[in-house]
Amino acid sequence: MEAWMAVVVGALFSVSIYLMLSKHIIRILIGAAILGNAVNLLIFTNGRLTREVPPIIGADESILSAQAANPLPQALVLTAIVIAFSFFAFLLVLGYRAYQELGSDNTDEMRVAEPVDDQTPPLGY
Amino acid sequence: MAGSSEAQIDLTPAMNLEPVALLDWLIVAPVAWCILVGTILLMVRKNTARHHFIAIPAMGVQVLITGALLAQIVINGPTTMVMGRWLPPFGIAFTVDILGAVLAFVAAVVALACTIYGVRDVNSSGRRYGFYSFFFLLMAGVSGAFLTGDIFNLYVWFEVLLIASFGLLILGSEKGQLDGATKYAFLNLVATTLFLIATAYLYGIFGTLNMADIALKIAQSDGTLPLNTVAGLFVLAFIMKAAAFPVNFWLPASYHTPRVVVSALFAGLLTKVGVYAILRVYTMLFSLQREALEPTVNIDALSFAVAIVACLTMVLGSVGALAQTNVRRLLGFLVVSGIGVMLMGVAIGTEAALGGTVFYALHSILVMTALYIAAGMAAKMCGGAEDMTKIRGIYQKNTLLAAITLMLFFAVAGLPPFSGFWPKLMLVKASIEGAPWWAPFSILLTGFLTTIAVGRVWALSYWKPADEGSEDKNEKTELAVTDLVPLVGLTIIVVGIGLFPQTVFELAYQSAEQLVNPTAYIESVFGSEVVE
Amino acid sequence: MRTLIFKTAAPYLASLMILFSIFVLLRGHNEPGGGFIGGLIAASAFAIYGIANGVAPVRRAMHFHPMSVAAAGLLMSTISGLVSVFAGVPFMTGLWGSIYFLGEKIKISSILFFDIGVYLVVVGAIASIALALEERERE
Repeated sequence: MEAWMAVVVGALFSVSIYLMLSKHIIRILIGAAILGNAVNLLIFTNGRLTREVPPIIGADESILSAQAANPLPQALVLTAIVIAFSFFAFLLVLGYRAYQELGSDNTDEMRVAEPVDDQTPPLGY
Repeated sequence: MAGSSEAQIDLTPAMNLEPVALLDWLIVAPVAWCILVGTILLMVRKNTARHHFIAIPAMGVQVLITGALLAQIVINGPTTMVMGRWLPPFGIAFTVDILGAVLAFVAAVVALACTIYGVRDVNSSGRRYGFYSFFFLLMAGVSGAFLTGDIFNLYVWFEVLLIASFGLLILGSEKGQLDGATKYAFLNLVATTLFLIATAYLYGIFGTLNMADIALKIAQSDGTLPLNTVAGLFVLAFIMKAAAFPVNFWLPASYHTPRVVVSALFAGLLTKVGVYAILRVYTMLFSLQREALEPTVNIDALSFAVAIVACLTMVLGSVGALAQTNVRRLLGFLVVSGIGVMLMGVAIGTEAALGGTVFYALHSILVMTALYIAAGMAAKMCGGAEDMTKIRGIYQKNTLLAAITLMLFFAVAGLPPFSGFWPKLMLVKASIEGAPWWAPFSILLTGFLTTIAVGRVWALSYWKPADEGSEDKNEKTELAVTDLVPLVGLTIIVVGIGLFPQTVFELAYQSAEQLVNPTAYIESVFGSEVVE
Repeated sequence: MRTLIFKTAAPYLASLMILFSIFVLLRGHNEPGGGFIGGLIAASAFAIYGIANGVAPVRRAMHFHPMSVAAAGLLMSTISGLVSVFAGVPFMTGLWGSIYFLGEKIKISSILFFDIGVYLVVVGAIASIALALEERERE
């Protein structure tokens, strides 16, 4: 089970890295979204996989009675999902605004902050 | 969780049932206070004229809280508070040692300076957009990162400060800001995701995320764990956050675009959070192993790589500064170069070197913030131009500003008697003892190149009067009190540290000692019976 | 998306979603559910109403600016974590009490207020992003 998950995580990583190597903001954005999902799966796999045994303590017990799924990776993944989701929403708005203002989503053409025709400083006083 | 009325279940194995001392609340107070003030400011953000009447006293309180926390830690040693009464390592622990406390304190001081400078620098539309509330949320993230003792919690605070920094970065939604913010946002997203990947592997190996617990487990392990891989991932993520070569390019691309006060705060704090994280994680993963080694042979493969990165970062940062005409971009490269100097201390890893890194971080927070503020004031005098060929005759216009800037330039170049001299001295000494010849050489070379870069700015923009016949008449210009107070305050601290470095020396060495030997840190989390 | 069917249905759909989001929020007290998922449902309700009738009616319906709602939620969560200072227990420790309402014993805890805070944060933050995106589409 873990081995297959490792393959899936690897595939997701390679897809996202390929997308992020692009010059276009929109592809980088999709790559970032996939990267977030890949990491979530990675955390989940690192917590060891158990099927169909929820970690719930019954009403008349005080400890877990059987070997159950690890709840901590679920909490971590939930946090990571929330953060990745809000990041994605923000980056979407940012990328869209940048496209509107700069007229391009090609990072090579986004040179307002670092102009191409930059002078070198004077050599004498 | 059972209610207190039905306490027939024995809770002692899982929970800490002892009452918490009121002083321990100082540990979470910096974070909680910043969030409280930030949210209140966000709710009243339409009332822009009154923002600074809330923000400045509130940041003053933050300085007092972190100062009290620092005093408390220095007297009583590292202190821990675990959220929700759970016993460590199950609850999220806030563990503060001297390193975290002193950085949080200096961060609050710098933030107070920026809050005051923001009174005139941020207009009412920027305030309505939420400048001061984002500012406080950023401070909550920074303080949380310095104070937490849990590695996933550290990730969460990184994200908090990152989201707040996005808000500050695009405060005016100008073209250049959107351009810079896009690069900043994407590269920082990749960096924090890398951090998360490393955390996932760390959790897979140890089954815990509490830093003290991990350090303990490493000490008890047989030395076959893949620590170098995990540490490599962490270091890559954090040098990206700290803007070290070869992943530094987002910093000079974005730090000159926002308002001056935002640049000043970012330059002071954000990259240092990355350096702090490297220090913390590196010593967590390797401290107990390093102890057994001789101080001269402890450059392992990873530390060697960090040393190379450090050298390239500091030298290329100062070379980059030489090639800039825009003063704020030049300062951005100087931030990068300073990061390299700090990383060198991490790579060497002896107590003296780590002490130098801590001292340099404190110096860099103060000086870089002050320099951005000074550069912003000089640009304002010349009609908002930031090009060093367009800023002219500051010395004729305001001698005080020119003098203060000269002191700060000397400090950033590491010349005595200012605050930059002592940490560089410590690091050069430590690198002569514990690293190959190129390490001290590149630190000294960096100091030389930085002196040339800032010396040229001072000669051209401050000393040289405006050209004859231009509109600029070299008239005397007065400075506003809210501009002058933060700059003069920070400069007094910089000069004060340079003249009387003893207290900072002691703090830096004590925090390095706690990093090299984390027994006190671990004992504060688990109690003294765990560590033999 | 200004079709008559959608425009007619949207107010009912949105109000039903808000009601359901509050149900999910309160259910999260002891069962699956909670502030985050409830907040997402409520934010989607505002987004749907915005798609159907334009952004201005949504802003009027929310009365407060979404960011102020989020700020109020964050404030509430932080304060519900801080009240444990009076009980002498660490930050974020859950405190429980009970009240009698219509002869029924209802358990109230600081956790509930924390969760309501989370609900407000999510509603405010997501609604403000969604409304910002919808506004731009019409320009």
